[in-house]
Amino acid sequence: MTQPSAPVPYTDDDDIPLFAPTPKVYPQKVSGTYRRIKWGLLIVGMAIYYLLPFVRWDRGPNLPDQAVLVDFERRRFYFFFIELWPQEVYYFTGLLILAAIILFLMNALAGRIWCGYLCPQTVWTDLFLRVERFFEGDRRDRIKLDDAPWTADKVARKAGKHFVWLMIAWWTGGAWVLYFADAPTLVRDLATLQAPFTAYVWIGILTATTYILAGHLREQVCLHMCPWPRIQAALTDEHALNVSYRYDRGEPRMSVKEAKRAREAEQPAGDCIDCHQCVAVCPTGVDIRQGSQLGCIQCGLCIDACDTVMTKIGRPVRLIAYDTDEAIKAREVGQTPTYKPIRARTILYAAIIALVGGAMVYQLATRAFLGMSLLHDRTPLFVTLRDGSIRNTYTVRLINKRTESRQIALTIDGPTSVAMEVQGATATSDWRPIITVNPDTTQEVRVLVTIPRSSLQSGSNMIRIKASDLFAGETVTIAENFFAP
Amino acid sequence: MADDKHTQPEVDRLTGIATTGHEWDGIKELNTPLPRWWLWTFYVTIVWAIGYMVVYPAIPLISSHTVGLLGYTNRAAVQVELAKLETQRNIQAAGLADASFEQIKANPDLNRIALARGKAAFGDNCMGCHGAGGMGFIGYPNLADDDWIWGGKPEQIQQTLLHGIRWEQSPDTRVGNMPAFGRTGMLKRDEIAESVEYVRSLAGLDVEKSANLAKGKEVFAANCASCHGDEGKGNQELGAPSLTDAIWLYGNSRAAMTEGLINGRGGAMPAWSGRLDPVTIKALTVYVGSLGGGQ
Repeated sequence: MTQPSAPVPYTDDDDIPLFAPTPKVYPQKVSGTYRRIKWGLLIVGMAIYYLLPFVRWDRGPNLPDQAVLVDFERRRFYFFFIELWPQEVYYFTGLLILAAIILFLMNALAGRIWCGYLCPQTVWTDLFLRVERFFEGDRRDRIKLDDAPWTADKVARKAGKHFVWLMIAWWTGGAWVLYFADAPTLVRDLATLQAPFTAYVWIGILTATTYILAGHLREQVCLHMCPWPRIQAALTDEHALNVSYRYDRGEPRMSVKEAKRAREAEQPAGDCIDCHQCVAVCPTGVDIRQGSQLGCIQCGLCIDACDTVMTKIGRPVRLIAYDTDEAIKAREVGQTPTYKPIRARTILYAAIIALVGGAMVYQLATRAFLGMSLLHDRTPLFVTLRDGSIRNTYTVRLINKRTESRQIALTIDGPTSVAMEVQGATATSDWRPIITVNPDTTQEVRVLVTIPRSSLQSGSNMIRIKASDLFAGETVTIAENFFAP
Repeated sequence: MADDKHTQPEVDRLTGIATTGHEWDGIKELNTPLPRWWLWTFYVTIVWAIGYMVVYPAIPLISSHTVGLLGYTNRAAVQVELAKLETQRNIQAAGLADASFEQIKANPDLNRIALARGKAAFGDNCMGCHGAGGMGFIGYPNLADDDWIWGGKPEQIQQTLLHGIRWEQSPDTRVGNMPAFGRTGMLKRDEIAESVEYVRSLAGLDVEKSANLAKGKEVFAANCASCHGDEGKGNQELGAPSLTDAIWLYGNSRAAMTEGLINGRGGAMPAWSGRLDPVTIKALTVYVGSLGGGQ
């Protein structure tokens, strides 16, 4: 260790820089198993993102035929055979819970594979890096180019890179808005500059965020903006697979020649030759040999890099590998490592996933297509009529989630001689008021309920209003209070 | 040393981070500056704020404020929006103005517009006396029950709204008074008491055992029947309420009934013609009818 130089006090505050220049990361090209997996997932993920809005799904007349559509104007969400109303937004809560717990389960099994393979930040950054490499070359060339003075060639390379970046970013925003309107129509409107203003605004916003986040901020997002690394660190344990440097095999580090000599002299020799390839390829610029850390998104690219080197020097591969702390510790003391993918934490996560997922599927499978809400008028709470009987008024909203118009009959059950008048009924059938509810809409009517004073007790009395579909047979019954003086 | 500005900064031995040179009680401050992107974002917000102050009204002065290059004010923006809304309302109102009450009732769209407009107008103009939802108070009729002093057909409600009740400024106002029988000496005290008991018997209310109902009936026939009818069923032409039902505008206690006979009754309702436009009055008519008592 070198001794620090003698302290020299500052004399002028202007010398203190206001910002910390972030060391720029120049990830090197790498090939291998995990790189191939990442390319595969990138292609599949982006194909889904860009093409899904164009998938059609026939729902009959008057309804959109887009398989996945968030229709803000009509306040509906369509997902293939599912159509959700705003009041069913709790399904999204369920989805969020599922997403969180699945993330936890992934983490308990194999660490931050979400970060390394599936997170859009990682996927888009990967793509942007590929573009950067196309225009500016690999790691060394890029470092050299950034240091070089501005020449026509440098300008051309940089301009080309930023242009393609912006194009990709623009496509990203363009695909996003297609989820909120009929995609083919919107594409045509966008091309002829007739799309709604908000579409352009959102494309602009997403173009900017994609360009900035994937092109310029890259690993800064993972290091400084994303909460998951912090949460993940608290959730992981010694049995979770993580991208790990097997220090039991790697230390002490020495050159190939030294290691050979040491092995011949039966001295301890590590496999790590300190070539820094694992650092050079790392998209977040960390040194995995310092152990699991916040900056590591566990993409496995250092495994590919190290394997290439190990193959070259004729040592066994997987000096860096997906491994658990527990296994490495066991190997260090000469024991056989054991892996425990099934343990209390993974069982608990799986059970919660099964429970929440099961509840959601059950809800979805058994959800009603006829709904009713009943609102008791508060002012006046009750009205005395000329003959002394008491009337309460209710606002009834009927909900028709089917795609055809329905005839809904209202009936009432309550104290003796209860009578009902419906303002807004279109017809009667067997003396029952009938309300026509148009497809995929709601219909509000006012219901005036009159009960003779003699069959009422002071305070709350119970009535039941039942809505029944005349043809489909579906019914909803709601019990409500009827107030009397 | 003080003249050399470009000396190396002191480096903290433990962390390897440069210090700012500031020292308090031996504790040295490490120089961990802000990220560049953060700083630039901060500068951009400052520039944005300055631009905002130039373009929009921003600085309060003693009696006004700076106007800003765009000349934008929230109030003007609201006025524009309100004008737009009014234009749209007038389009809807056009349909309402020409339609009869039957046509409005038969047309769900017109009915919806009338009810919405009527509800808003009711809240602004009528609720003060008639209460929320037309629930009424002592002396101010409940509009949600099935009893109408001056008639509950749409045309009758509209007439009441247009010209008011006992509203002297309006020549077509509804007129009809309950005379102050006691105060003017038309009826003596015992006659008033007898007629109160008789009216109570008509309405099915409890009656004093000692009451002379025959005498009361005589007084009633001579003084009250001309307006309230021989059987006390009332007369909507004169605004004389039925005395046989369960609804009592001033309450059905002996005290309230006696007071009515002594001092008379005659609440007033303003004429809304001229204050509200005809379409609003029409909408109000439809809304009041929908409260529960419309005929």
